[in-house]
Amino acid sequence: MAKYRCKVCGYIHEGNKAPDVCPICAAPASDFEEVKDEVAAQKGINRDSNVYTVVYASVMVVLVAVVLAFTSQSLRSFQKANEDNDKRQQILRSVNVSVPAGEAEAKYNELIKDAFLINAKGEKVGDAQAAFAGSEADAYPVFVANIDGQTKYIMALHGAGLWGPLWGYISVDADKNTVFGTDFSHQGETPGLGAEITKPAFSSQFAGKQLFKDGSFKSIAVVKKGKSAAGQDYVDGISGGTITSQGVSAMLFDSLKEYEKFLTSKE
Amino acid sequence: MGLLSNKNKEILTSPLSVNNPVVVQMLGICSALAVTSKLEPAIVMGISVTAVVAFANVIISLIRNTIPNRIRIIVQLVVVAALVTIVSEVLKAFAYDVNKQLSVFVGLIITNCILMGRLEAFALGNGPWESFLDGIGNGLGYALILVIVGFFRELLGSGTLLGFQVIPQAFYDFGYANNGLMILPPMALITIAVIIWVHRSRNKELQEN
Repeated sequence: MAKYRCKVCGYIHEGNKAPDVCPICAAPASDFEEVKDEVAAQKGINRDSNVYTVVYASVMVVLVAVVLAFTSQSLRSFQKANEDNDKRQQILRSVNVSVPAGEAEAKYNELIKDAFLINAKGEKVGDAQAAFAGSEADAYPVFVANIDGQTKYIMALHGAGLWGPLWGYISVDADKNTVFGTDFSHQGETPGLGAEITKPAFSSQFAGKQLFKDGSFKSIAVVKKGKSAAGQDYVDGISGGTITSQGVSAMLFDSLKEYEKFLTSKE
Repeated sequence: MGLLSNKNKEILTSPLSVNNPVVVQMLGICSALAVTSKLEPAIVMGISVTAVVAFANVIISLIRNTIPNRIRIIVQLVVVAALVTIVSEVLKAFAYDVNKQLSVFVGLIITNCILMGRLEAFALGNGPWESFLDGIGNGLGYALILVIVGFFRELLGSGTLLGFQVIPQAFYDFGYANNGLMILPPMALITIAVIIWVHRSRNKELQEN
């Protein structure tokens, strides 16, 4: 079976002769030219045979795999550096320090004095490296920052918003009760609504709020503007981002609950 | 045949206007809606898609005489998927913040109908250079619409362009407010519809009865 290509639109017709009119652009038969299978014709390879198809697919897959593996390997160090700096920026923002990505590492090393993992009993179970790598099962990172001579404890938060995960960092003063600053990140909250939790207008509300009331853990509630929460400190949520706001509220409670022993210990 | 003969110029420029993949062929609408709430991701998305279409077109065009007919769609998909993965890795390494904003949509370039459309309709039947021009033309045609939509959505929705405040504070003091609807998906559809309206009214031959 021969192939005919329409010179006007590129449509390929398969048959023994060119069609009277092109079904795509209605060009007449005179605008069709025969397409010759040059390679196949020269080498006598049957491009429709099973063996050819299978070999072709296998070679292609191997080639693509090699190219992708090479790309991934050669860019890995850049990507890791970006991810680490992004994390450092988030941690630094939680103690109200905002720096561009390029300076994040230097500033982080300057301000963060210590970091460790603790378990739910408040015992240290990991070193600074493990803490930076993130939460493990039943182990939660704490970063100790020194801001203007004062000690701040930074804790990691994980939760769920409307469309996907939420995470963030919250810092408390040396009394392990008064919030010093927060930073929230999200994967896919609605821009302009839920996504506003990343803005300082939202996260700065937390400063000065207290996690404990009369010695018991209460967390901080995120409530609808104008409403209040009994028996605990609260901040205003995002109008139009109710589910995300509730997610932040739940994330604060659930994540900080794991730190309760650490927060009530005196050391 | 020169490198930029009339036919090749036609291949390069017609997708920008009269044969635009988005507003005439209605391809790639989904990502055009999703990444245009700000101008910067729209530009990066446009560049990414242009790069992927152009190189996928060239590769498919080079191997077009060897591709087994029965698995040609799979071959096209593999080439596109490999290129998209590379673009995504490069963005992660050198444009981390933008990559975060584009999130899943870089990966979803694979499913962008413009790509398969151009590979199937053009690259399989034309030489590498024409295919490259066709890819660049279609990519830019797509990028053009994204940038126009992104421009209006960011300007009216956030009062900024590329993150810089352009609507002066004095306007807000007089009671001007950003239109929150602009950054939601429905306004992207309406913006594209307006572009199509303007485009069709300027190009009578595109109007259907």
